[in-house]
Amino acid sequence: MKKLDLLITGVGGQGNILASDIISQAAIYSGYDVKKTDTLGMAQRGGSVLSNVRIARQVYSPLIKAGEVDILLAFEKLEAARWSHYLRNGGIAIVNNQSLPPMAVSLGNEQYPGDDRVTSILKQQTDRIYFVEGIQRARETGNIRTLNIFMLGCVSPFLPFRVSTWKDSIAERLPPNLQKINITAFNRGRKEIQGVHL
Amino acid sequence: MIRLLSGNEALALGAYHAGVRVATAYPGTPSSEVLESIARFKDIYAEWSTNEKVATEVALGAAYAGVRSMVSMKQVGLNVASDPFMAASITGINAGMVVICAGDPGIHSSQNEQDNRYYAKFAKIPMLEPSDSQEAYDFMAYAFDISEGFDTPVMVYTTTRISHSKSVVKVDRERTVPAKQRGFQYDVSKYVMLPVFARLRHAFIEERLVRLAAHSETFPLNRVIWGRHHLGIVTSGVAYQYAREVFPGASFLKLAMTYPLPEKLISDFAARVDRLIVIEELEPFLQEHIQAMGIKVSGKEFIPRVGELNPDIVEEACRSAGLPVQASPQQEKAETAAELPRRPPLLCPGCPHTGIFFVLNTIGQRSRPQKGNAPRESSLVITGDIGCYTLATYPPLSAMDTTACMGASIGQALGMEKAGVGKKVVAVIGDSTFMHSGITPLVDAVYNEGHITVVILDNGTTAMTGHQDHPGTGISAQGKETTKVELEGIVRGTGVKDVRVIDAFDMKALRAGVRSVLDSPELSVIIVRGTCSVRLPARSAPRAIDTEKCNLCGVCLRLGCSAIQKEDERLFIDAALCTGDACTICEQLCPRQAIAPQSMTMNEDTE
Repeated sequence: MKKLDLLITGVGGQGNILASDIISQAAIYSGYDVKKTDTLGMAQRGGSVLSNVRIARQVYSPLIKAGEVDILLAFEKLEAARWSHYLRNGGIAIVNNQSLPPMAVSLGNEQYPGDDRVTSILKQQTDRIYFVEGIQRARETGNIRTLNIFMLGCVSPFLPFRVSTWKDSIAERLPPNLQKINITAFNRGRKEIQGVHL
Repeated sequence: MIRLLSGNEALALGAYHAGVRVATAYPGTPSSEVLESIARFKDIYAEWSTNEKVATEVALGAAYAGVRSMVSMKQVGLNVASDPFMAASITGINAGMVVICAGDPGIHSSQNEQDNRYYAKFAKIPMLEPSDSQEAYDFMAYAFDISEGFDTPVMVYTTTRISHSKSVVKVDRERTVPAKQRGFQYDVSKYVMLPVFARLRHAFIEERLVRLAAHSETFPLNRVIWGRHHLGIVTSGVAYQYAREVFPGASFLKLAMTYPLPEKLISDFAARVDRLIVIEELEPFLQEHIQAMGIKVSGKEFIPRVGELNPDIVEEACRSAGLPVQASPQQEKAETAAELPRRPPLLCPGCPHTGIFFVLNTIGQRSRPQKGNAPRESSLVITGDIGCYTLATYPPLSAMDTTACMGASIGQALGMEKAGVGKKVVAVIGDSTFMHSGITPLVDAVYNEGHITVVILDNGTTAMTGHQDHPGTGISAQGKETTKVELEGIVRGTGVKDVRVIDAFDMKALRAGVRSVLDSPELSVIIVRGTCSVRLPARSAPRAIDTEKCNLCGVCLRLGCSAIQKEDERLFIDAALCTGDACTICEQLCPRQAIAPQSMTMNEDTE
């Protein structure tokens, strides 16, 4: 593997930052250099959240250039569309099929993009688009907050880490009482992505 | 040991391993996590100070007393701390003292974009600039050694991107504390800055700077990385990482110590390259110095001064200047992104600030006019302050007219009144911000007989920066129960007679309270008290909207609560976001009594 650049997008509170921490930890365990950078501070209060994760033998910039992202992992549909231009041509988009309308949409001032529009925006960059039912699967697992780990399961086959390394990294970042349910969510995501047809 | 650390965590660990004994800070994005990380070590003393000035004075006192100390703050924090910062430069230290200062290029969470590197030059103290977490960890040991070697505080300058990015750190040291601490020694010519002594110390500062400049020539962390000689790039901090990315084949002078600068090293590097450029964020700090040396150099002619850099911006800027960058892989398609609905940050569902801002909005007639209606003139001027509540500036609450700097709301309100603004002026300030710098302007308003109203939003935490404790919470930075400083006591102590405490979630009481103080000519203070929703121990009974009763009047939407959403001409409350019994302000407002606990409403699908 020469390099792998991931962009994780979502809405404050969905758990993206923990997800990018776990990927980075798995990269270290697998012997790679890694840099990751998240939006924090004012941008956190229910706003768009963005994490850049860069994995290679040596990484300089923590920020990825537009058009060079290999994998876009989006926890929310509007946020997938918003950052799609960062994807390289032919990159992979894994999108949680969930809409969280921003305040301006609820107030009636703006329109949430329909599924066709989200898809067509993503298609400008790639045909490799996977929509996954993250909220439904997380709920089936027993805790809606496992969404982020389910999404990690979905992205896991595309990254050069062993399953055991993923599980070690998840275990390191989560308290003992939450580990079992999150490992279940991870396995579910890994299985799910293999059943999704493009 | 290999660890994944943020820049802030690495600075804290580096300081701990360098033997720091006293660490102080006031929280501020992006520097807050430095103190949070180091406070976990129980064998040192760490405190949240009331503000950055006090934090710097405590750290300076500790350094005088002979223990290694550090203070951390965001860029504008150093404006507050500039008085003791300058004092620390002139007196020097006894044991090492490091000032960590985190800038915010791009203004992720600040009120300006000032380049604090000029502060090091202004105070004539040395400055180190790490460019990733490994350097953040490594540089701290050097910083303390320079501090003690040259009798000076040392500034370590980071930015949001360095402080908040995580990268791999090889942790190869253990904590070492100098075995014999040098205690405080009587020396008035060093520690008492009477003019007679200060004059002597000024001469010392100048001589110290000459010695520091000589030291920087051989400072091992300043590195030359030779590539091709057609292009030489002088750079520092995160800009170095972007420059490496954009020009993989060029030669680099990567500066770790950016004040004072190694002039000979720079001249030698410049002489061996065909074209010399500087890539740096914000101001031309390095470039100006190199130009003043008489060396031909460019940088800010094409690298933006405004905003945070990134590899795309550096590449595009350099291409426009005719520099040899690689062809861009593809054109951006950012225009689609620009048309999508934005998602700005908001007050959280269940926020104790929402109710009072709704009341100020309605009583003050501050709503943005609906289409077709004539705009109404608002009847209140609301001066604001720094914290989560600054978000009440946005519609639908639209309840803030000014925000300048910490504590400014009260002084500005008094100034407006004295200028004869013609409307009642209300200052709004958070509890932590009031402790930080709201007390002295309140004293001023009492003394100079202002008639303003000050609303103190007391949510029992420093919420915006990540829920740090402060004097009003009675919990220390290291989690110890300590003396709680009562807001009411401070306010009454300044001489304010009309002091009220109102429950943040009691809409009737808020409305009555605001109306009553607006009718009164007295200087008044309302403390609006309610727990920050992020810190609620438990949530219960989320509210739901009975669609049979709801007539879509939209009053609840005017709270700006993100749990209340509208889809396909139907209003609903997201049960996962609603804080339920802890809040209930939408239920109190609804003119049709259509909002009630979820179990009591008819419709089931309220998620």
